[in-house]
Amino acid sequence: MSVSTCPSEPAASNPPRQDGLDVLDRAIVVATQAGLPLVPDPWRAVGEPLGLSGEAVRERMVRMQAAGVIRRVAAVPNHYRLGYVANGMTVWDVDDAHVDRLGREVARLPGVSHCYRRPRHLPEWPYNLFVMLHGRTREEVEQQAERLCELLGAACRDHRILYSSRILKKTGLRLAGRSDRRGQMR
Amino acid sequence: MSAESTTRPEPAALDAADRRIINRLQEGLPLVASPYASVAAEIGLSEGELLYRLERLLESGVLSRFGPMYHAERLGGGLTLAALAVPESEYPRVTELVNAFPEVAHNYRREHRLNMWFVLATETPARIDETIAEIEAATGLPVYNMPKQEEFHVRLHLPV
Repeated sequence: MSVSTCPSEPAASNPPRQDGLDVLDRAIVVATQAGLPLVPDPWRAVGEPLGLSGEAVRERMVRMQAAGVIRRVAAVPNHYRLGYVANGMTVWDVDDAHVDRLGREVARLPGVSHCYRRPRHLPEWPYNLFVMLHGRTREEVEQQAERLCELLGAACRDHRILYSSRILKKTGLRLAGRSDRRGQMR
Repeated sequence: MSAESTTRPEPAALDAADRRIINRLQEGLPLVASPYASVAAEIGLSEGELLYRLERLLESGVLSRFGPMYHAERLGGGLTLAALAVPESEYPRVTELVNAFPEVAHNYRREHRLNMWFVLATETPARIDETIAEIEAATGLPVYNMPKQEEFHVRLHLPV
């Protein structure tokens, strides 16, 4: 799982607490956390150790994707290795009355990979809209930020660009737990 | 993972086929019976060539991952973004302490007084607050917790 990349399913502000996954769905999640096998029939490769047919695995994954549990099955690039060396976390202090409408508009701009509303920590941290921008140069990121600034207009009181100067850690998430704890999962 | 092993890598040299693969597979693999063959046909490669190149792109770190991207909260897990204001002299020590938590999935140094930003991913939502308390105890620094309140949907696509 990766939170370094973003979803493609339609917005749902209140995802269900009950995930509706059974033990076998969970087993598939655990088995594919590190990645999908690079073999002609990856579904069969995932299913074999679980005692599932390839078609059963595929159907379950289709269902999980339809439910939004799987955002998509995709390649996650290392930004730096693709030449996107300027990665700016831009943070914006946007009027609460307009932030949700504007957030949806901002998310459609090119170069935006993630767009979230988050809590302020006043007085130290007044920013409530977080927008990740990616460019090949800082100038490119700054131009993108300029466009955001224009779009947000008077609803935005202040903003900052926080560049990442170093990756300190980057691992996949391990949310479903280790396979030996599968029995504890719903 | 130590801080030393994660310095910023150089941009990779990619040929036209690599670029087609990266661009196409950022959008997502179709969940069909022979998915790689299907994508390979779309971008004018054989299935074997696609699989070989994909493996190489993963080995060389151009792709950090290929597979299902799961929605943490919908799997019943907890997820948040948090920040620390770390005194410069203590930065290496705090980096080690924070990275040692398995719940810390990503950690970035950023240029601000809040200069350490990390993503916490836990098996249950309740573990988020516990982990934050543990990080505060270990580092002696207050953690600024910034869980998402609303997600505005975009599609990550870095064209190469």
